[in-house]
Amino acid sequence: MLDPILQLLWIVIKILIIVLPLLGVVAYYTLAERKVIGFIQLRVGPNRVGFKGLFQPIADGLKLLTKELIFPTKSNKYLFVIAPVMAIAPSLAAWAVVPFSPHLVLSNVNAGLLYVLAMTSLGIYGVLFAGWASNSKYAIYGALRSAAQMVSYEIAMGFSLIGVLLAANSTNLSDIVMRQSGGIWHWYFIPLFPLFLVYWISAVAETNRAPFDVAEGESEIVAGFHVEYSGIMFGVFFLAEYANMLLLSILVATLFMGGWLSPFQGIPVLGALFSFVPGILWLFLKAGFFAFVYLWIRATFPRYRYDQIMRLGWKVLIPVTIVWLVVASFGVHFHIGPWFS
Amino acid sequence: MIQQVIFYLFAALLIFSGVRVVASRNPVHSALFLVLAFVAAAPLWIMAGAEFLGLVLVFVYVGAVMTLFLFVVMMLNLDEVPRSKGFVRYLPFGLIIVGLIVTLMLNVIDPSHFSLHVNAGMIVPQHHSNTKELGLMLFTQYLLPFELAGALLIVAIISAIGLAFRGPRARKVQDPSAQIAVKRNERVRLVNMEAEKKS
Amino acid sequence: MNCIKKFFKTFLLWELLQGLKVTGRYFFARKITIQYPEEKTPISPRFRGLHALRRYANGEERCIACKLCEAVCPALAITIEAEPRDDGSRRTTRYDIDLFKCIFCGFCEESCPVDSIVETHHMHYHMNERGQNIMSKSQLLAIGDKYEAQIAKDKAADAPYR
Repeated sequence: MLDPILQLLWIVIKILIIVLPLLGVVAYYTLAERKVIGFIQLRVGPNRVGFKGLFQPIADGLKLLTKELIFPTKSNKYLFVIAPVMAIAPSLAAWAVVPFSPHLVLSNVNAGLLYVLAMTSLGIYGVLFAGWASNSKYAIYGALRSAAQMVSYEIAMGFSLIGVLLAANSTNLSDIVMRQSGGIWHWYFIPLFPLFLVYWISAVAETNRAPFDVAEGESEIVAGFHVEYSGIMFGVFFLAEYANMLLLSILVATLFMGGWLSPFQGIPVLGALFSFVPGILWLFLKAGFFAFVYLWIRATFPRYRYDQIMRLGWKVLIPVTIVWLVVASFGVHFHIGPWFS
Repeated sequence: MIQQVIFYLFAALLIFSGVRVVASRNPVHSALFLVLAFVAAAPLWIMAGAEFLGLVLVFVYVGAVMTLFLFVVMMLNLDEVPRSKGFVRYLPFGLIIVGLIVTLMLNVIDPSHFSLHVNAGMIVPQHHSNTKELGLMLFTQYLLPFELAGALLIVAIISAIGLAFRGPRARKVQDPSAQIAVKRNERVRLVNMEAEKKS
Repeated sequence: MNCIKKFFKTFLLWELLQGLKVTGRYFFARKITIQYPEEKTPISPRFRGLHALRRYANGEERCIACKLCEAVCPALAITIEAEPRDDGSRRTTRYDIDLFKCIFCGFCEESCPVDSIVETHHMHYHMNERGQNIMSKSQLLAIGDKYEAQIAKDKAADAPYR
């Protein structure tokens, strides 16, 4: 009787070990965004709260927690409250299968890739619930835009993941990383370069980030699906968006950039020199780079028009992935290079 | 022990949401409970060893199909439907259909047909991949039905487009690829002007 | 050939990378932010802040109640009432500026024949209650007394250009 409870408790502890630092990183990622975008615009970003603005996320969190929660009239209260939870839950749940290093993974399931795909596709419900429950035209427009956009880009995303699992012959994320071992030239971003680009573009679109942020386009529909949200409920949406961005950064690092593998593996001198660095650090460095690219992209590109987003998703990305899937299956069939063994 | 608790939890959720799909007066609520039913069904499938099907259920039905469904229902802006409207009138047909389905299911999901007693004690190896098994079966033994189903879906898509297509209209649409392909010297002409003479 | 080049440029996101290069370069550029309360940007001698009424060096107020400022004020923010003083000179008995109406155009300063009404560099002021937005003559004179050195300096700096 006691054994299953202990087992359950142990799982909960493991979940907390992942989620609590994650929420901290997410909070500081918001600060990083303001700093990076500030730096690119020749500003210095927030630097008043604490040393160099390091307590800014805490101050923001406190501010949001103490603010009033406003429920619009004729809104659907239950859905209105559930929506932020629906937004953040999948983006946290997906971390269960992310392999941090060879043995450091909460759940080493076989269908890890599918699980990740399923979880990222669930994130849309937060947006849809928020849009509908708010009883506001801007919110519903934002929700509809975002729903259409996410459904469209999920297809391109799924296809590029199929390329990865073709090459790796597995849907287990740890196996996918292990298949890429043997040096930087074994990583999948080289043979699957178009899929890598497509995956990254759809990752940006999937998280509703600039330049695909029509769902919350400030100049058109004020803030899209979360116009009516205030206080910590808005804060949860905010956290969900950034948790999603971090998740997709780490997934790109895992699927295409060799996860926890050292980039110097297989190089005579450097490989031995850097062998002391733990794998988890390499993973975080790679994921951190992609997280930075998210911000860099936001600071650089103007927003796509809505029809252009749809055109890019359906008429460019999906054909590209299909063509390269054919190429990749030929590669697998004829065992080309060190990648498709 | 834990597995049983989880099973009964999700099974209860599934039944509850299934009932609410039918009983809900607001169509949007019905659709959302249908989503909940799918989400509750997925863990049951996964616990039965069909992790591929369970995740695809979430990915395809919850993530894509129901999203579009909700899309339509939300756009229609339906108000709450009175519950008794046509209830008695359609009751006989409903009862007949329910009877048919129940008989069918009793026949199909009978333990002797479904060989549940055989499966119950089956030990699944550690790295047994349901996904791989499913793929092998689909593309070898059941290739023809699989391809036929695919063809059927394509036909459905094309006919849906054909039904919705109302002929080419004279529209003023931009052509993004033409817009992108523009070069600077096609749009801007740099002219050297003589400097104004100072009087 | 050109077509192939364009094809590769499109699919390798060449133009997007060029854009990223520009912003990436500015990421490392020197930042031009002025940390405001600690650092300040230089203020022009023509800066138009809070108003003041000036006096001559002997302590006599400059204003002769000509009402040119009241007439020129586009926001009708200035109210002047005048009477002969005991020594027979024409002076104001009331000189009010409504800071809520004032648009800080500086026309009053331009119109003043005796350089009496001026706008100082003082810009950090606030009102706690309704009514404090009306600056009375005595308040304006007090401000003038307080900032006289600065005002005189600015007038001297601006003199060559008028």
